[in-house]
Amino acid sequence: MTTAAQRQVLDQGDIARSLTRIAHEIVERTKGADDVVLLGIPTRGAHLARRLHRKLAEITGNELPVGTLDITMYRDDLRLKPARALEHTEIPADGIDGKLVVLVDDVLFSGRTIRAALDALADHGRPRAVQLAVLVDRGHRELPIRADYVGKNLPTSLRESVKVKLDEKDGVDAVLLGGSGETNASSEGHSN
Amino acid sequence: MSTTNYLIRGARILGGDPQDIRIADGLVAEIGSGLEANGEQEIAADGLIALPGLVDLHTHLREPGREDAETVLTGTRAAAKGGFTAVHAMANTFPVADTAGVVEQVWRLGRESGYCDVQPIGAVTVGLEGKQLAELGAMADSAAQVRVFSDDGKCVDDAVIMRRALEYVKAFGGVVAQHAQEPRLTEGAQMNEGVVSGELGLAGWPAVAEESIIARDVLLAAHVGSRLHVCHLSTAGSVEIIRWAKAKGCDVTAEVTPHHLLLTDELVRSYDAVYKVNPPLRTEADVLALREALADGTIDIVATDHAPHPAEDKQCEWSAAAMGMVGLETALSVVQSAMVDTGLMGWAEVAQRMSAKPASISGIPGHGRPVSVGEPANLVLFDDQYRGAVNPDSFATRSRNTPYRGMDLPGRVVATFLRGEAKVLDGELV
Amino acid sequence: MKRHLISTADLTREDALLILDTAEQMAQVSTRSVKKLPTLRGRTVVNLFFEDSTRTRTSFEVAEKRLSADVINFSAKGSSVSKGESLKDTALTLQAMGADAVVIRHSASGAPKLLADSDWLHGSVVNAGDGTHEHPTQALLDAFTMRRHLNPGVGHDLAGRRVTVVGDVLHSRVARSNVHLLHTLGAEVTLVAPPTLMPFGVETWPCRTSYDLDAALTKADAVMMLRVQRERMNAAYFPTQREYTRRYGLDARRLALLPQHALVMHPGPMVRGMEIESSIADSDRAVIVEQVANGVSVRMAVLYLLLGGSEPAITTSSANTSEENGK
Repeated sequence: MTTAAQRQVLDQGDIARSLTRIAHEIVERTKGADDVVLLGIPTRGAHLARRLHRKLAEITGNELPVGTLDITMYRDDLRLKPARALEHTEIPADGIDGKLVVLVDDVLFSGRTIRAALDALADHGRPRAVQLAVLVDRGHRELPIRADYVGKNLPTSLRESVKVKLDEKDGVDAVLLGGSGETNASSEGHSN
Repeated sequence: MSTTNYLIRGARILGGDPQDIRIADGLVAEIGSGLEANGEQEIAADGLIALPGLVDLHTHLREPGREDAETVLTGTRAAAKGGFTAVHAMANTFPVADTAGVVEQVWRLGRESGYCDVQPIGAVTVGLEGKQLAELGAMADSAAQVRVFSDDGKCVDDAVIMRRALEYVKAFGGVVAQHAQEPRLTEGAQMNEGVVSGELGLAGWPAVAEESIIARDVLLAAHVGSRLHVCHLSTAGSVEIIRWAKAKGCDVTAEVTPHHLLLTDELVRSYDAVYKVNPPLRTEADVLALREALADGTIDIVATDHAPHPAEDKQCEWSAAAMGMVGLETALSVVQSAMVDTGLMGWAEVAQRMSAKPASISGIPGHGRPVSVGEPANLVLFDDQYRGAVNPDSFATRSRNTPYRGMDLPGRVVATFLRGEAKVLDGELV
Repeated sequence: MKRHLISTADLTREDALLILDTAEQMAQVSTRSVKKLPTLRGRTVVNLFFEDSTRTRTSFEVAEKRLSADVINFSAKGSSVSKGESLKDTALTLQAMGADAVVIRHSASGAPKLLADSDWLHGSVVNAGDGTHEHPTQALLDAFTMRRHLNPGVGHDLAGRRVTVVGDVLHSRVARSNVHLLHTLGAEVTLVAPPTLMPFGVETWPCRTSYDLDAALTKADAVMMLRVQRERMNAAYFPTQREYTRRYGLDARRLALLPQHALVMHPGPMVRGMEIESSIADSDRAVIVEQVANGVSVRMAVLYLLLGGSEPAITTSSANTSEENGK
């Protein structure tokens, strides 16, 4: 629900256009996306990866390998919170060795999720290169990490919260920016 | 002889109307209202229950041999704090009290302690091994004048030995107190065999192991015309057998412990070995049957089976832990909770079951007498209105293995007099 | 989940499914070239075994190492029951060493609970089998194995599946843990044993019982054979090994009574020729080796859920990311 404290910054059409643009950029930057493997970071990153997968199929006519990469057990903040349920990791059958892996997530924030994802990836194989696609980059990096493909750069204050809603999970497509007075960040998307 | 005389004000003898009790020269000198002080120490006992000094027929004082758990001195101090003026010391010491020498040693230690009378119980068989009769006559003739014989902790399971013992003690008016536990049925047994033991994976201790021995023994006692006392009944089935035997005219008496009147095997779910005891805690149905039997007289007496153990024998794996609970200092409170507050018994019945009858079973002189003029002033004043959590740190016993830690129990012993001498006043040892 | 794993009776359906689902993810790790996760780096797990069990200890050890925990094997055999203070003193020692979790195997029923309830140590306690009481991780790996074959899928339970457990139920910690867990997961459990090896009060357990193995096989989705020690014969639980095997052993004739899809399971170690015919243990119907492999995944899941956070995973822990804040 969009509360009074939240402002919608992207709607369904915006999100679709952003993903289409990212898909085209991937094809362009990877010169046809022949050896690309899409890995979404659960849960919303996994849905976005599947959407990108469909768009890339439309563009290239090829079904690129797509999978998911759970980074929970590689997080650097495990001991700060209760033990949490794991998400599914699914590496495509042909693996990632020598491939160009595009990690997909919903929000890029501190960069710690991506740091964990890079560690997890190393335990699954040795990609030729790794790139990062995110729907929203909200800034405030705490690690030297940047995205290769960004749906929308969204300047925020640290007190604000960014929430990505996706139809597959939330029943609606939207990106919401929470008011600075909102301290309950529990509605925030998977973003770092 | 006491040097101080006492005038107890307003005590309710056996729970009756408040009266004054004058104690002089070790005897109850006068009972009445508004007695005039005559230089005595006055004790305000308004509303307190006055009972004859309690007599415990089943106490483990551990000396000689396990002085780390209890000594005659610490055990009798605990007894006095619990309102007891006489305790019967069980024979399973190291060495076993199976000779005149050992029973006389215990008897002498009791005299020296001075807190309550100690009447030793002699072993039935040498070393409690159930094979050969101990010198029962020598113990009877000793200074300790033993009349109660028991292998408690172990069962006299050999039917012939049991028969002979029952017969033999008739010569000096003795009684055999049987620890009824069929040994083969209880090999490795850890707790009552029932739903809980099945779930906990602890080897079961079936009720029938107790009941089959009791059934055999009442038949044996009837056959040879002897007196039998059955220790610590714990099952509804045992109650039925005793009831049947008494109806048949068998000369049998039976006891129940306070803990079997209050606690059930559900407590074992904690695996806290403080609840490990022999016989084991049984089910609620058993508890209710035992209460009913104590109320209707099928069970004659309450005996504590006070069984002190050092902490290391209890703070360990259940199967490695020792069996037994301390009970002297909580007995009267537990009986109030289980029997009086439930309306099953009055204080006169409590006095009967915890003083008069146990004294008559053992024949110990001067105890279990009514609170009346001319009798030895063995008295306990009990505050039945008191409510409080049991604090083992305040115990006089050397051990702390009480199952009632932190439990709210009613009542508190305020004063205990042994032949007119105050052993406990204001709840503290004198 | 609670802070300890002592009994499967303590697990809610949600807890149990969380463990099984987590174990599914852990199982993937075993298929990778790098079979290691950094999750429990810096955590110390002690395997405190008062009773020999190379299988169980090794399984835990592999699980702990795959999660990058520091592992200490503390074999206390011989110092257990009979020496009163040993468990307490051992626990105090482990506490002083900074154990974050203690995996305990003990011949005395209740020893893990005693440890968990004591103030001797503050870490999590995982019961790796206590006396004739429980063996919760064995039951979890059994359920995990059954689910994979009978109702595969994350979030799935074992509703309506029929499991027949055969053998020395009286002395079996595996049976106790399985009855609780399988019942929680919706399965229908039938215990089969000679009356002498049936626990007192078993009629109050959430399962059926039978003395007739043949009848209990025809509709079973899984049959679990329990080890029967030959020494039981000496205590007159049954007359001879031959008679036991004839009445309660799994042979080719009985295998034919089972539905085609039914699994043959055994927690090990097996007594071939006693409760199970050797050829059946080796047949493709048997998932006994699979059970062993799954043991590592399940134990990784348990250790992760107990130690992988500031506190154990809570019962209603949801799988989405909405709990995460302060990115």
